[in-house]
Amino acid sequence: MRDAWADTLIEIAVDNPDLLVLDGDLASSTRADRFAVAYPERFLQMGIAEQNMVGVATGLATLGYIPWLSSFAVFLTHRSADQVRMLVAQTHANVKIGAAYSGLLTGFTGKTHQDVQDLAIMRAMPGMTVIAPGDATECAAAVRWATKAPGPVYVRLARDAGPDLFDESYRFEAGRVISLREGSDVLIVSTGTQSARCLAAAEILASRGISARLLHVPCLKPVDAAAIAGAARGVRLVVSAEEHTILGGLGGLVAEILGEHEPRRLIRIGIADTWGESASNAFLLDRHGLSAERVAERVARESGRLDATAGAPG
Amino acid sequence: MTPAQEAGNSTDLEALARRGRQLVIESVAHSGAGHIGGPLSAMDLLVALYFRVLRIRPDETDWPERDRFILSKGHSSIGLYVVMALRGYLPIEELATFDSAGSRLQGHPDMTRLPGLEASTGSLGQGLAVGVGIALGARMRGLGFHTFVMVGDGETQEGMVWESVMVAARYGLANLTMIVDANGLQQYGWPLAPGGGNRGDRRDPLSGIRLRDALTAFGWDVTAIDGHDMEAIVEACLAARDRAAIERPMAILATTVKGRGVSFTEGRSEWHSRVATADEADAARLELAAVGDAQS
Repeated sequence: MRDAWADTLIEIAVDNPDLLVLDGDLASSTRADRFAVAYPERFLQMGIAEQNMVGVATGLATLGYIPWLSSFAVFLTHRSADQVRMLVAQTHANVKIGAAYSGLLTGFTGKTHQDVQDLAIMRAMPGMTVIAPGDATECAAAVRWATKAPGPVYVRLARDAGPDLFDESYRFEAGRVISLREGSDVLIVSTGTQSARCLAAAEILASRGISARLLHVPCLKPVDAAAIAGAARGVRLVVSAEEHTILGGLGGLVAEILGEHEPRRLIRIGIADTWGESASNAFLLDRHGLSAERVAERVARESGRLDATAGAPG
Repeated sequence: MTPAQEAGNSTDLEALARRGRQLVIESVAHSGAGHIGGPLSAMDLLVALYFRVLRIRPDETDWPERDRFILSKGHSSIGLYVVMALRGYLPIEELATFDSAGSRLQGHPDMTRLPGLEASTGSLGQGLAVGVGIALGARMRGLGFHTFVMVGDGETQEGMVWESVMVAARYGLANLTMIVDANGLQQYGWPLAPGGGNRGDRRDPLSGIRLRDALTAFGWDVTAIDGHDMEAIVEACLAARDRAAIERPMAILATTVKGRGVSFTEGRSEWHSRVATADEADAARLELAAVGDAQS
């Protein structure tokens, strides 16, 4: 996905002379180094100083530039939270946050570099558009959209390439939720690269006789709340799944929508209010219940509980 | 001379600064909240900038060639609003809305509300970074304006300031000047207790720190002035703006007195954010007027 981010910036830079990339000394990881080669005069190396980088981007934006920030998510949403809040979000500055190495799967970095609160933090900022693309194609489309959209945009980028969900005809639309699979028993709502794992989980569930509908939410803010509430209407159980804490991110979003519009039993799959560790992707996905098999197991178990409850006398 | 135009000489500037100090005390007293000490220490610097240094058009706040000024020590907002009002950016009467609901004059500067503000500030340490971005962008755009950022000496305790200092030096931003309003006092008060021993909290906030040397070592040109000497301020700022070939950012260390201009607020940390009573506001007005009478 990081490749898609950088390659798209290079591609659209031709038609967007004001597009800049500011890097916090991580360009070789985020792939911004490719942009630096393609457009050396439009690549600004800010060094290991993310707070300043956010401020510099804000200043550049006042002169009509469209600065994209290149760093790890954790340094942009945690270390620079106040700068993003006051300088960017509160002034609706036209700054684009390319948050690389998001979530748990960050290449053996451990909990120090795993950002599993970014969606919660960014979603709580008024005026911030929050995007978590599901695959490289959606990432590319979101980058194109964000570059044109006025105001701050946060784009959650996964380090590793994942399965393709969309073809080249895909067009990003802020707030739209996308049905990836139809089903009648359970509604799974997922975001980011977790959606591909949930799609595989839905296949496993089908083989066990459970029909799961899968709704992909690539944009957590704004979001089509009515579409999520509407999808929940026909099912008894709703499950949210994200490579993120279950507090305040997609799980929080779905809980808010259901609580206000369509009360349903909700199971939130994600990092259960704990920290990660350095380990392989497979280990981390299993440990936190995010692999396709673990998601399927959990959904089946919770569905069974519901059935048992429904079948119980009195 | 009408206040809304550039002021001619130092006497005019000093008269404007006295009027500005009076308006600060009155505005804060009226709103019942705000800061006094910082706005008064910065008042002469602000007046000199807005009336003699900055190339600005108060009636055309989006003029692309305008010099930029950012008040990074955003809690001194009322000082900036007062000077902007005197310069014609807003009606003097609007100062009465300071800090109140719906006002363009928020407790800390909000660029989305008041045209003429180049940045929103308040959380300390952040204004210089925005100034770096503007100066860098100006150079890339081929625009010849200069960017001035005012920070407090206490504000340099924020680590982010030094991130910006480093980047500004590396990019050789000769079109950027940082003015340090060095009034030497902060909210805590930093009591110099007798026999306080080696405890850091009993010492002067910048005790043992050579700010000038530090900035020089970080690649900045540094000059030190009396921040209440109008001629010195104007000279230093104009000189800073006229050094495009130097390829180093400029720092002006302006030694000031917190609460300057009113006998009972000068050098008193408790006036950092105290509100004057009606009697105190009257006393301040009489004092400032008396100085004006003596000099006219």
